[in-house]
Amino acid sequence: MGKYILKRILWMIPVLIGVIVIVFTIAYFTPGDPVMNILGAAGYTPERYAAKQAELGLDKPYIVQLLTYIWKLTTRLDFGKSFGSAIPISSELANRLPITVRLNLLSLVLMVAIGLPLGMISALKQYSVLDVVLTSLALLAAAIPGFVMAVLAALIFAVYLKWLPLTGLADWKAWILPVACSALPGMAVYIRFTRTTMLEVIRQDYIRTARAKGLAENVVVRKHALKNCMIPISTVIGTFVANMFSGAIIVETVYAIPGMGMYLLQGINSRDYPIIVGVVFCVSLLVSIVNLLVDIFYAFIDPRIRAQYVSPKTKKELAAKLMDSKRSIEGAGN
Amino acid sequence: MILKTKAQKKKLAQDLAAMACRKPQNDIWRRLLRNKLGMVGITIVVVLVVLCLFANVFARYPYDFQMFEHRFEYPSWQFWFGTDNFGRDLWSRLLYGGRVSLLVAFLATLISGGLGAVFGALAGYFGGKVDITIMRIMDVLMAVPPILMAISVSVALGSGPINTALAISITGIPHGVRIMRSTVMAIKGNDFIEAARATGSSSARIIFKHIVPNTISPLLVNSTLMIGGNIMVISGLSFVGLGVKPPTPEWGSILVAGRQYIREFWPIILFPSLFITLTLFGFNLFGDALRDALDPRLKD
Repeated sequence: MGKYILKRILWMIPVLIGVIVIVFTIAYFTPGDPVMNILGAAGYTPERYAAKQAELGLDKPYIVQLLTYIWKLTTRLDFGKSFGSAIPISSELANRLPITVRLNLLSLVLMVAIGLPLGMISALKQYSVLDVVLTSLALLAAAIPGFVMAVLAALIFAVYLKWLPLTGLADWKAWILPVACSALPGMAVYIRFTRTTMLEVIRQDYIRTARAKGLAENVVVRKHALKNCMIPISTVIGTFVANMFSGAIIVETVYAIPGMGMYLLQGINSRDYPIIVGVVFCVSLLVSIVNLLVDIFYAFIDPRIRAQYVSPKTKKELAAKLMDSKRSIEGAGN
Repeated sequence: MILKTKAQKKKLAQDLAAMACRKPQNDIWRRLLRNKLGMVGITIVVVLVVLCLFANVFARYPYDFQMFEHRFEYPSWQFWFGTDNFGRDLWSRLLYGGRVSLLVAFLATLISGGLGAVFGALAGYFGGKVDITIMRIMDVLMAVPPILMAISVSVALGSGPINTALAISITGIPHGVRIMRSTVMAIKGNDFIEAARATGSSSARIIFKHIVPNTISPLLVNSTLMIGGNIMVISGLSFVGLGVKPPTPEWGSILVAGRQYIREFWPIILFPSLFITLTLFGFNLFGDALRDALDPRLKD
């Protein structure tokens, strides 16, 4: 088990370096001259241009720039400086990261806490009125563009009804709308996914067996169906987190939350590549960590996966135990 | 059952004959046609596609025709969906915009589906080092959330329908590869592949003659669901100021351009979102129905 986790953690390193290489390369080959953008046509002289270029390290060849970037990032967590302001990107990220992580974690919890039971109810009462209503609502909610939903919710609850504040993060009330808006699209898909998975599981033979031997319905659902559902529905959480972070850009912009999404938007609008590379890398890192946790989690809950990574010593012990019990059964027979 | 009359015997013979020539394709069609939600979905999709494809017939004004005396008009007989801040007819703009949105979404699906299928098939068929190399690259691509990937590429490529389609297509490749790979791996284990190899078929022949025809259905389902998702990504790109830029009309950019008027004038935001939502709804319903129809486990 320890070996499996270690392997999974080690594999994250080349993946994340790959992410840096890809995003950095895309940014590097983007047309446009950042040095000219900073200086502006008025401030341009050949000497100033060369000085600024050297200051930003843009005069070096591509491969040197890439390696320097990776080196600085891995050794000092230095994302470089944004072209526009002199503030280091890492300190901006450090301020914004907790806000975005909190927004997404709360949304994730909300999504699972509501999506999972609704999906299960929908599957257990297949074709009932409740199921049809839930499935249609989920389909509809998944089809509304994220920003329309965010803007509409802001209009209804903050502008017209004045129940909740529109912007800022003053108290817990201010978090309600952003969290709900960023959870809802994922929740809609999650309900449908849970429903499909559950429907597949409750058609299995072992569920019929459990029912046939007279177990109460809620025991069948809780102990037999839910446990077997857990693997697919926890595996997809990684994907949902990735989408949720993407949706957070929109939600943060609509509700003026100073998180990573707003920062990214700032980077896009001013074509400030170091910001874009930094944010994309940071979010990818977070998503990779969530995926790692999910993988470890289902290795723990699924005995089939756990069994693949049992240490040879434990395997021997188990085999010896099995032989013992076999012998004792045979002995009893004689 | 005892067959008493000639009519009963005749009916049994007919039934048996019908059973004998029943093809799996007919089964799929029957299941698909019987799925009411799926039929609703395909109807929505067909109506929208026809409306947008023949936008020049159905539109009542050119999409960029500005009538300053008719700014911010509510829906009427003259302007079915009202007019925008430049006095342009929204109905016409949405039809022409749909052309761009659907085209970009379709193109992106085609590119990512195609590349995904090729690399997925290679990984699944050859296995070993080819598989490991391809899947490792996909791991990296998959580590970046889709919209962020689309944003990065879109910043680099610039705006415009083709560039947007390219930027979006990159996000769909890993998923396509995974689906194709697992399908090919499942098919590869079948006896008829073994038989083909035993009779001396080349790899190319096995792939194109025996494997590819069997992978069509998962690819079809994936593509249908992907088109809807891509339309959503396009509107997300428009929201952050990328994607297809005005004056070219596109659903996402029309929607985002109307954002500042949302409090005073609802049609400018309602109708574009309605079109996006309906399209997504239609493709999702149809994709689900297609998946159910093609899934042999759900046979009755």
